[in-house]
Amino acid sequence: MLRTDHLTLRVAGRTLCDRLDAGFSAGENWVFLGANGSGKTTLLHALAGLREPDRGSVLLDDIPVRDTPHRQRARRMGVLFQDFESAFPATAIETVLTGRYPRLGRWQWEGTEDYRAAEAALEAVELAGFAQRPLATLSGGERRRVEIAALLAQDAPICLLDEPTNHLDLRHQARILNMLADRTHRPGHLNIFVLHDVNLAARFGTHGILLFDDGECLHGSLPEILTRPNLERLYRCHLREIHADGSRWYLPD
Amino acid sequence: MNRRLPITLLLLAAAPLSLWFALSQGSLNIDALGIWRALLGNHDNATTYLVIHELRLPRALSAFAVGGLLALSGALLQVLLRNPLADPYVLGVSGGAAVATLLSMLAGLGTGWLRGNAFLGAMLSMLIVFGLSRTGSAWTQNRLLLTGVVVAAGWGAVISLILAVAPAPQVQGMLFWLIGDLTYASQPGAAIVTLVAGLAVSLWLARPLNLLMRGENVAATLGENPARLRLIIYLLASMLTALAVTLAGSIGFVGLVIPHILRLAGGSDHRYLLPASVLLGGGFLTVADTLARSGAAPMQLPVGVLTALLGVPVFLFLLARTR
Repeated sequence: MLRTDHLTLRVAGRTLCDRLDAGFSAGENWVFLGANGSGKTTLLHALAGLREPDRGSVLLDDIPVRDTPHRQRARRMGVLFQDFESAFPATAIETVLTGRYPRLGRWQWEGTEDYRAAEAALEAVELAGFAQRPLATLSGGERRRVEIAALLAQDAPICLLDEPTNHLDLRHQARILNMLADRTHRPGHLNIFVLHDVNLAARFGTHGILLFDDGECLHGSLPEILTRPNLERLYRCHLREIHADGSRWYLPD
Repeated sequence: MNRRLPITLLLLAAAPLSLWFALSQGSLNIDALGIWRALLGNHDNATTYLVIHELRLPRALSAFAVGGLLALSGALLQVLLRNPLADPYVLGVSGGAAVATLLSMLAGLGTGWLRGNAFLGAMLSMLIVFGLSRTGSAWTQNRLLLTGVVVAAGWGAVISLILAVAPAPQVQGMLFWLIGDLTYASQPGAAIVTLVAGLAVSLWLARPLNLLMRGENVAATLGENPARLRLIIYLLASMLTALAVTLAGSIGFVGLVIPHILRLAGGSDHRYLLPASVLLGGGFLTVADTLARSGAAPMQLPVGVLTALLGVPVFLFLLARTR
């Protein structure tokens, strides 16, 4: 569905990834891991077509993503950004309804189906009673969930999510990642997450890319690359490995 | 959010009332029947007919058009720059027009020349800001805002210089123009056509503007081309401002506050906000201008003073009441 072809990305003279050839297919939950500034967000933006690659290309359905018209892209692919801005007042439901934009004609108003989708999305992030609340009255975690609901309302087969668990409490981190990861059981669906929590990544991810400081990118099946030596090199710190309930957990030493 | 429809209907009803108010006020007392008959083209009373058709109607329509243009332009620029403090003059369009007008006044040119030069000055300023903020690949709204603000400051310095060296008898006329004055606005045709066309284009952009409120990247991933959108809004808002300034000088306050009042009252959906801004801005300036010319008659006040005197308390009251 989505793949990189010899993708090279540089920021301020530093190479983030060099000639990366990775293929992202339906049914997979990818996780990008790396230290601060290792280029996770830049790579995600390049996949979304928001950033011109320094070399190589990103292909969406075998067509360079930057050659795909914005509207067509929006029907295939949705993006959750790391931070959000709101200079002007808007309610939760208005924000979520913007996710329906790629499905509506230029002069078309949102119909009952769109309202139903938006309300269902708010319900999925446990904000059912918040539709008419102004965003300014919501907490950071609640606003994050409104953004996630907007992405759900967009209902794009490919979702790129930059730190979706930002501002979320423990319960919502697990519940929302679980709900998002479950999307890939539907045919033709794919998720790509940027995450900081290795243990959440191990729990919900199937594949991963590790972005090392020196520009090396390791990609593949997550259980194969998510090893203690790799992680210690990735984060440049000692990790404690705990075995419990048949899975491995990593904690900084 | 469901207050939008009643607000829009209320404004739709208020707009003709404001025009009626403008037609009914003045040194010559004309009763409602007289106004109506004159409007329908009845020549029975030649004085009444002339006062309505030659004086009050053009001026009322000019005021309405200018108010609508300024409020619409303000609403567009606020979302383009994602800055609630933006107004139609923030990017220097009016500064360019002002310098061209004051220079024309200094040279003793007639009203027609003043108009033409004001429009040229506005366009020149628009091109300067556009050209300077485009160098390099990135054309971010911050760069645009900073370029515009600095260019506007440059025009401001030139304006002060002209005021300082201009002969005393000309300075009052210049000040009236700078504060905003509709005394010589007798040909509203171009402004009305621009207002209607501008509103149509704005409505076509209304939903993309709703996306832009969530940020450029969000707009891009929801199916809009932000660079194109930004360019269209910039050109459109500049044209609207240029027309308004050409007709009436730089009337302050309308473009900044009308969109905010409507956001406070009914939310930020641009499908509501843009037409409502035109109606409220137009109606507000029509009433303000009528008061400016008849309130202290025979003295005429510049309408820009009244817009601020009327608008500031209203806005502060609304702001204090919400949350």
